[in-house]
Amino acid sequence: MTEARNDSMNSPNDNGNGDNGGRDNGGRDNVPIFTVAEISQAVKRTVEGAFQRVRVRGEISRPSFPSSGHCYFRLKDENAVLDSVVWRGVLGRLKLRPEDGLEVIASGRLTTYAGKSSYQIIVDSLELAGEGALLKLLEERRKKLAAEGLFAEERKRPLPYLPEVIGVVTSPTGSVIRDILHRLADRFPRRVLVWPVAVQGEQAAPQVAEAIRGFNALPKTGPVPRPDVLIVARGGGSLEDLWAFNEEEVVRAAADSTIPLISAVGHETDTTLIDFAADRRAPTPSAAAEIAVPVKSELTNLVLDLSRRLASAGYRGLEERRTRVEGLARGLPDPQRMLQEMSQRLDDRAERLTLGVSRFLRQEAEKVESLGWRLPRPEQQLGLARERLDATADRLVRSGARNLESRREQYLRVDAERRLDQGIANVRRDTRRQLDQLGRLLDSYSYHKTLERGFAVVRDADGQGVLTRKGEVQAGQSLDIEFADGHAAAVAAGGAAQPKGKAGGNPGGSPGGSGGKARAGKTDGKQGSLL
Amino acid sequence: MAEENGGGQAPDVQAMSFEDALAELRQIVERLEKGEGKLDEAIAAYERGARLKQHCEAKLKEAEAKIEKIRLSENGSATTEPLDVE
Repeated sequence: MTEARNDSMNSPNDNGNGDNGGRDNGGRDNVPIFTVAEISQAVKRTVEGAFQRVRVRGEISRPSFPSSGHCYFRLKDENAVLDSVVWRGVLGRLKLRPEDGLEVIASGRLTTYAGKSSYQIIVDSLELAGEGALLKLLEERRKKLAAEGLFAEERKRPLPYLPEVIGVVTSPTGSVIRDILHRLADRFPRRVLVWPVAVQGEQAAPQVAEAIRGFNALPKTGPVPRPDVLIVARGGGSLEDLWAFNEEEVVRAAADSTIPLISAVGHETDTTLIDFAADRRAPTPSAAAEIAVPVKSELTNLVLDLSRRLASAGYRGLEERRTRVEGLARGLPDPQRMLQEMSQRLDDRAERLTLGVSRFLRQEAEKVESLGWRLPRPEQQLGLARERLDATADRLVRSGARNLESRREQYLRVDAERRLDQGIANVRRDTRRQLDQLGRLLDSYSYHKTLERGFAVVRDADGQGVLTRKGEVQAGQSLDIEFADGHAAAVAAGGAAQPKGKAGGNPGGSPGGSGGKARAGKTDGKQGSLL
Repeated sequence: MAEENGGGQAPDVQAMSFEDALAELRQIVERLEKGEGKLDEAIAAYERGARLKQHCEAKLKEAEAKIEKIRLSENGSATTEPLDVE
């Protein structure tokens, strides 16, 4: 290369060999004069001649896409900048679209642009400069799309339980579609629509995006059925191989899909951005088929089981109701039998009524009798009453005694007064009696002295009236003669005095009151006989 | 869904997805197994259950693999053609 450069550098000098003498000779006048175009052309020839085709590594800076369809950007590193151009026809074939900051290796030919006195590279191929750069780009893109909400959980739609039609976006050849179809056939054969796409290379991303959009654009009713679920699949590969599924275009198409979408790109360890946008991520294409459909035999068994249970539950439900009705019917009594039973009961009751009356009377009689037995006998009652009376009397006496005692005390207190009065009365009576005796004594003493002198007092035998006249004495009349020392009985002489004598016996027995009289009485008989 | 049976607003069985039909069938079976409800309701439920069962069976029966490939015509409209995957 150095040689080549030297050669090309030398060639203008060679061309000017003939002028050497002139330069040497004439100094300034010997230097050939180029027009601008000539020198530009010369430089261009030199540059293009010296660098046939180059690969340049650098970071893309400020890419622009004017309406011409070409793309301009700069490749730069720390100290240098290289203008870069991608012609319109080439741009679509590039593996990646020029983006600011992308570390790439650009391949192309070096040339100059005379119009700006600059040199540039005409890029015919771009590739990412190493895995690290790729991952960095991937991460940045993921962040950007996530910030837009493309991966949000609420955007995820549930997969249909049993899709009728499955749309598959993948290569129509190769193991991926085979694996999917086989797994579907094993589990649940379905109608499958394959949208053939390139899964690698420049065309992969736009084709995959177009396929997803195309399936979504299918009318619900049309010659081509609209799938119920989509599978976007690709086999394993390098990061670059899978790069189409990281492209924004594809990711956006997947996120926008109204048909639930399963992504199955690469192996389990490979993660592409479409996985984030998909409603489900399957680790492999076969797994995507498993996610898409249930196992038919299981469903068949399930339906079979349910239909058996339906039949038996329906039958049992009817049977149970029938049994219930029959049971109730059995419980419903036969009217005739009911009537008979009622009639029998009536008879029974009538009989029991008759029997009942007599039994009632008998029972009542028995009751009376037993009551009679239980009636207490009068003696018993009297005895009881007496006992009660005694007890009452006893209590009365006892309480009376107690009462009396207190009454007596009361009485004694009262009696003292009475006795005082009585005492006073007694004293008075005694005094009076003594006074009377003294009076009588006084009276008797009045004639007593006379008696001493031989006078006597003649009284009726009764001792009452003093006889002072002779006429007062009748023959035979009993008389009492009082002497000074006592009384003597006498009978008046005369015949007529006999009955009087009998009568005179009585006065002799009559209480004279004094011992003298008694003696006179004794002497009465003697005297009578004497007289 | 099954609860709407009484209102006569139950969805047409033929238009139901397999999943919905299966779910309703399961509900009906469970309800019938409990033996609750009125007799005519139970009979109606049973009849609907039988239709759902047939529908489910039909859905299972029509499971046949049919593999096609999308082909886009000049004007961009899609048609299909059989795809042979060897």
